[in-house]
Amino acid sequence: MNDLIKSLSPLEREVLPKVEDSITLKQLVKKTKKQEVEVMRALQWLQNKKVIEISLELKELVTLGELGKKYTKVKLPERRLLDQLKDKGKLTIKNIDLPKSELNIAIGELKKKAAIQMGKEITLSPNGRKLLTKDFIEEIFLSKLPKDLKEIENENKLAYNNLKKRKNIIETNLEKIRTIKLTLLGKKLIKQKLDLDLIEALTPAHIKKGTWKDKEFRRYDVKINVPNIYGGKRHFVKQATDYAKKIWLEMGFEEMTGPMLDSSFWVFDSLFTAQDHPVRDLQDTFYIANPRDAKLPKEFVSKVKKAHEKGTPGSTGWQYKWDENDAKRNVLRTHTTNLSARTIAQLDIKDLPKKYFALGRCYRNEALDWSHIFEFNQTEGIVIDENANFRHLLGYLKQFFTKMGFPKARFRPAHFPYTEPSVEIDVFHPVHKKWVELGGAGMFRPEVVIPILGKDVPVLAWGPGFDRIILEFYKINDIRELYKNDLKQLREIKNWIK
Amino acid sequence: MPTVKLNKKVFEKLVGKKLPIEKLKDRISMMGTDLDSIEGDEISVEIFPNRPDMLSEQGFARAFSSFIGVKTGLKEYKVNKTNDKLIVKNLPKEWPYAIGCVVRGLKLDDEKVREIIQIQEKLGTTLTRNRAKGGIGLYPVNKVKFPITFSGKNPKEIKFRPLEFPKEITALQMLSQHPKGREYGHLMENWKTFPVFTDANGTFMSMPPVINSHDVGKIDETTTDVFIEATGPDLKIIKQAINIIATALSDMGGKIYSLKVEIPKEKLKFDCPDLKPKSWNMDIDYINKRLGLNLKEKEVKTLLEKMGYGYAKGKVLVPAYRADIMHQVDFAEDIAIAYGYENFDAEIPNVATIGKENPFEIFKRKVAEILAGNQLLECDTYNLTNEDLQTKKMNTKMHTIKLANAFSQEYSTLRAWIIPSLLQILSENKQYDYPQNIFTIGRIFKKGKTESGVEENDRVAVLVCDATANFTKIKQSFDYLMRMLNIKYETKEAEHPSFIPGRTARITVKGKDVAYIGEIHPQVLENFSLEFPVAAFELNLSELF
Repeated sequence: MNDLIKSLSPLEREVLPKVEDSITLKQLVKKTKKQEVEVMRALQWLQNKKVIEISLELKELVTLGELGKKYTKVKLPERRLLDQLKDKGKLTIKNIDLPKSELNIAIGELKKKAAIQMGKEITLSPNGRKLLTKDFIEEIFLSKLPKDLKEIENENKLAYNNLKKRKNIIETNLEKIRTIKLTLLGKKLIKQKLDLDLIEALTPAHIKKGTWKDKEFRRYDVKINVPNIYGGKRHFVKQATDYAKKIWLEMGFEEMTGPMLDSSFWVFDSLFTAQDHPVRDLQDTFYIANPRDAKLPKEFVSKVKKAHEKGTPGSTGWQYKWDENDAKRNVLRTHTTNLSARTIAQLDIKDLPKKYFALGRCYRNEALDWSHIFEFNQTEGIVIDENANFRHLLGYLKQFFTKMGFPKARFRPAHFPYTEPSVEIDVFHPVHKKWVELGGAGMFRPEVVIPILGKDVPVLAWGPGFDRIILEFYKINDIRELYKNDLKQLREIKNWIK
Repeated sequence: MPTVKLNKKVFEKLVGKKLPIEKLKDRISMMGTDLDSIEGDEISVEIFPNRPDMLSEQGFARAFSSFIGVKTGLKEYKVNKTNDKLIVKNLPKEWPYAIGCVVRGLKLDDEKVREIIQIQEKLGTTLTRNRAKGGIGLYPVNKVKFPITFSGKNPKEIKFRPLEFPKEITALQMLSQHPKGREYGHLMENWKTFPVFTDANGTFMSMPPVINSHDVGKIDETTTDVFIEATGPDLKIIKQAINIIATALSDMGGKIYSLKVEIPKEKLKFDCPDLKPKSWNMDIDYINKRLGLNLKEKEVKTLLEKMGYGYAKGKVLVPAYRADIMHQVDFAEDIAIAYGYENFDAEIPNVATIGKENPFEIFKRKVAEILAGNQLLECDTYNLTNEDLQTKKMNTKMHTIKLANAFSQEYSTLRAWIIPSLLQILSENKQYDYPQNIFTIGRIFKKGKTESGVEENDRVAVLVCDATANFTKIKQSFDYLMRMLNIKYETKEAEHPSFIPGRTARITVKGKDVAYIGEIHPQVLENFSLEFPVAAFELNLSELF
């Protein structure tokens, strides 16, 4: 009991003595002269301590509406008309002193009560004269509000129905009525001396002056749930991409960055993608309206053109007429491989071997649904090394996916216009127990490498999509959620811990 | 990617071996074709665009049988020489070539007729790019008489009954009335003459690349001998088409007969088809080096034979139906497939390179970390947006870069600034607890002096939003960021239609404008249906770095 008393907060200490059995919350608020939320908080704490019980009852309460409140002051329109008839004896409609909005209602209501007689002029009926000194049932009803809907009976019911048909005079609201009961413990507690002199908050003054020494501390309910707070945090996609970057950095790769809006030359032509390849169709790639065309890098144009038309040494090429104008068209990059092409073009063979990676947004002309998205992340990598071979390609990929949490990777033959051999990467999903397709890799064809590097050096290259991996990690099914920015989700989503 | 549908029983007969279902699935995937599904007796396989020769049941079975080691090696196709002529002359410049051959002795049934039409259609959509690069036609030989002529004619002179049509109509009527005419007629736009096949009797046989004659250009189960033609602007492609169809029909049991093709304009006379394998040089060291293997010549020969090639003394014999060989790297891939991707020993070589993060990326990450440490929540937003959000809703005007082929108005423009994206986020999250203090780092696009004509900058935008959000709060946040980055800045009074006048500032660093900061204008808040004040800044990180 003593601990219980010490654990009462100042608010509880104020409210508890005012609690009588079966008091309602409203009454208690009046009695304590405190805000309803404060009283409620104290009651909840007291209930947690098993001192009281709160029961909740829902009532449909009839109260005055906006017009109803006004009429309690200025009287109902029909009463005002009746009063005017009393003064003047008879009235033409024109002479009635009522706002237009109330005129018809007033006449109608009095007609219903057979209180007036209509002719060229309106006069009082005998019944009307009686009513001059008697309240309408509606007036009686309004004076009794608020009232529980269930308790309305007889005459009141009639008045209620009449008034309900008229707008804004009365309204029905669902009201929560909370009744408080003291428990046995509560009944004992209330008899105790509650106003102990306890330290509530420890203040600098207590510490400085040492006044805490001869006082006791109010006991807290340490098991209580506290309100949520939300920390600042990185977006979960960024957390994941930062982690992937870290893997490439650990493996000795340099980061590539560059334009998202680039010429078809760097996105397609330099990668030996023929100009009639379906990937360049309008329904696959976003083209830019203005500026429509890019400037082409002169030193590479004729070499790339030759690779397409006639091939590089040992190659037949595609054997078609390559059009510089198609290469100029600006597009949103469909892969980060434009960065790989640009990087290789800047390399000096003397500096090999080199390893690069990129992680960035790419675009494809695709309507948005749960599994398709027009902006997506790709993780790109290239290794330019005289001694690089196909086994190394598989080695780098295996290592990367192991670090990403997929130790089982499978490589299948695939086709891309700019790689030979080409690989499709599947990883085994440890939970769903199925293979998940993650994207492509391969070794750049000589027709790609020779025009931009000057020599047929093996180049390992890969560009799997990254969003699938993010979805798997965060157990998200709908790809649209990546950029939905639902703040609740962003606040609550777990951190990328790897 | 095109899909071929195979009947499992027919397929097994063609392959010459029955595999358990799991093994079958695995082998199809590891051959470099994408298994779509196996349901009951139907196998559905996706074929990569470099292998049109696998678009027929026969072609796919031929490759598969060889791959699993049943019938390996180069398959020779005999061509019987004839003196029947195909004359190619006076054509519109857009459609100058035609070639053809004859296959006799076929025993067709409903199923096989459907199969032949499937090959023709699949090649049409893939190899010849929806007929833009070629048209393919088949005719019962007994209904036509050689020599056959392919020539351009005035559309008014062309009249025949097109396939599945009730009556004879003119060329122009075909383009407007026949479903194929409406589908492919656009290919013939502005052509001076229309190309047609006519036989020795002057009978119209077809009008490529649109439609055949119903009377002489339709094969059915009674047909035993067929004339096959391919026409178009690219001789190489149509030769591939003929080779692929002729070999598939031969695998169905037909015998191939050549035609003498004459193209006087180019002084060309040749027998078609030429199904002799092409001989390619291959350097085994190059292949071994690329694949990281140490294969002996004998092993290479076996592996090539599994992929349907022949090999003798450093030369690879490439079958005539293969359309994709450009360089010996193409052999490297096929050798790797035959060797089995699953059998490669994945290895990370001991190559010393130093990892290096891009310094600007490091800088951006630091900015994000500082802001997150200051209790701001990072959002990630699309770079594609719309003009309305960028300008009208923001009470302002600016130039934006637009897409030529957006799939929806909502995502039709590249953004020129970022605050609108964040305001939209606030407008979509009004049901959640406040304060809502958010930021994003993203890219903006504007005209500039770069290769593409567009300059891309990375910027950070910060928004604070609750009942007490104001200039002081956002300035504190901005000032904290700049102090942590150790960057000195100056604040100048400024006007911006998206912000409240008198509560807007421009930030300069070393004399360069780098940021706007201020309280968002209530008209803008109203446009976004926001009920709490918002203060914001947008800082150009590319300028700072």
